[in-house]
Amino acid sequence: MRSERGGLAAHQFLEVTMAGTMKRDYSLVGESTRRAIEMGLASAEWYHTDVPRKAIKELMQRSDGPAIRDTMIWIAAILGSAAGGIYFWGTWWCVPFFFVYGVLYGSSSDSRWHECGHGTAFRTRWMNDVVYQIASFMLMRNPVTWRWSHARHHTDTIIVGRDAEIAVMRPPDLLRAALAFTGILDFRYSLPALVCQAFGKLTPHEKSYVPEMEQHKAVIAARWHVAIYIATIALALTMRSWVPLVLIGVPRLYGTWHMVLTGLLQHIGLADNVVDHRLNTRTVYMNPISRFIYWNMNYHVEHHMFPMVPYHALPKLHELIKHDLPEPNPSIWHAYREVWPVLLRQLKYEDYFLKRELPPTARPYRGEFHEVNMSAAAE
Amino acid sequence: MADWVEACAVDDVDEEDVIRFDHGGRSFAIYRSPDDEFFATDGFCTHEKAHLADGLVMDDIIECPKHNGRFNYKTGQAKGAPVCVNLQTYPVKVEAGKVMVQI
Repeated sequence: MRSERGGLAAHQFLEVTMAGTMKRDYSLVGESTRRAIEMGLASAEWYHTDVPRKAIKELMQRSDGPAIRDTMIWIAAILGSAAGGIYFWGTWWCVPFFFVYGVLYGSSSDSRWHECGHGTAFRTRWMNDVVYQIASFMLMRNPVTWRWSHARHHTDTIIVGRDAEIAVMRPPDLLRAALAFTGILDFRYSLPALVCQAFGKLTPHEKSYVPEMEQHKAVIAARWHVAIYIATIALALTMRSWVPLVLIGVPRLYGTWHMVLTGLLQHIGLADNVVDHRLNTRTVYMNPISRFIYWNMNYHVEHHMFPMVPYHALPKLHELIKHDLPEPNPSIWHAYREVWPVLLRQLKYEDYFLKRELPPTARPYRGEFHEVNMSAAAE
Repeated sequence: MADWVEACAVDDVDEEDVIRFDHGGRSFAIYRSPDDEFFATDGFCTHEKAHLADGLVMDDIIECPKHNGRFNYKTGQAKGAPVCVNLQTYPVKVEAGKVMVQI
């Protein structure tokens, strides 16, 4: 195994390998799935930083207060920006209002979907469920299939052939990644998926992670979503106005960019087929506005290691375990500068990835899995 | 006939918390409820292999640390996705400061 260290900060180095150059098969019912299960990568035992039970129990505690406060701000901002957009409709003054509305609808809904899907945002269960359903609709996501796909994502994070939520596969499709910022892919894939589900058809992939006893719920949820979209289109036609569509559905086009900007950084350019989140997940320090929109999911290594910790406690968890984690990227910009050359290299060598160096205070990476397929290196 | 087995001392479990208890090649979770009662269930979540002793006890609910699946630890009832299969529960009694489980 050879590694190279040119052009990167001292705490980082790139590692490249030619071994295992078999093309990755991202199907969830294909050859990579079989190999992942055979190698023990499916439902594996993952590395966790040691945290005393008392400390983690304190961090896991649920409270309705922070999420009620943030949700009230969120709803007020959504209604306020929508009202401003409607009031100034037909003038350029509506643009800043819809800019804000779009991000709240098309981006911040993702973090609400995520936290409420985990059931950690609120202590009260029904509050999580209500926000989860609303956010799922805003995201054009089936609330049932996506709940199960996210459970799989946590079981088998970036395990090829198992994880249903790998955003950028290898070799990276840069055009597709760029299009994701526009939300076009949601219209191209998510809407037709919802329509298929509404007709009772789930794909083999979806059936691979949604238990049979839950599949009918996915069909019912899809029918509700499709019915609301049909009603919105009918309203727009009746009113002879674009406003209903600009408020419902279309924000996924013009407001999804922040979700992609922050979400892509979670795992992109890092290792796959490992069982240590320090190797395949990234923590990035972000500005307060992005952190509000993203509900602190920039502390993503921490979230994956301890998914029971609510979003508002993640900064404290970060302080508690950062001695055992790679140094976070100091900004979104820094993270993308780090990722870009990795993606370019992966176009040629898809096994190439960024391996982040641990601080001296950390427990080292385990050998098992983490050095598999590393027997040779590229130029 | 199932045997009564000493799982732990009463003081080993904090109020509204859970600990792990292994016996005879099996693993269990011992709970102390907010109203100071003790309960026992199988140790591992019925969804995937995560030990419930690493989870969070809230009132009569145990939440799995891996996917936040929830069970009522008093009855074993699964409370919704991603857990669909109920948890096995076991009778518990307290004798002379010890928590006894019928296994």
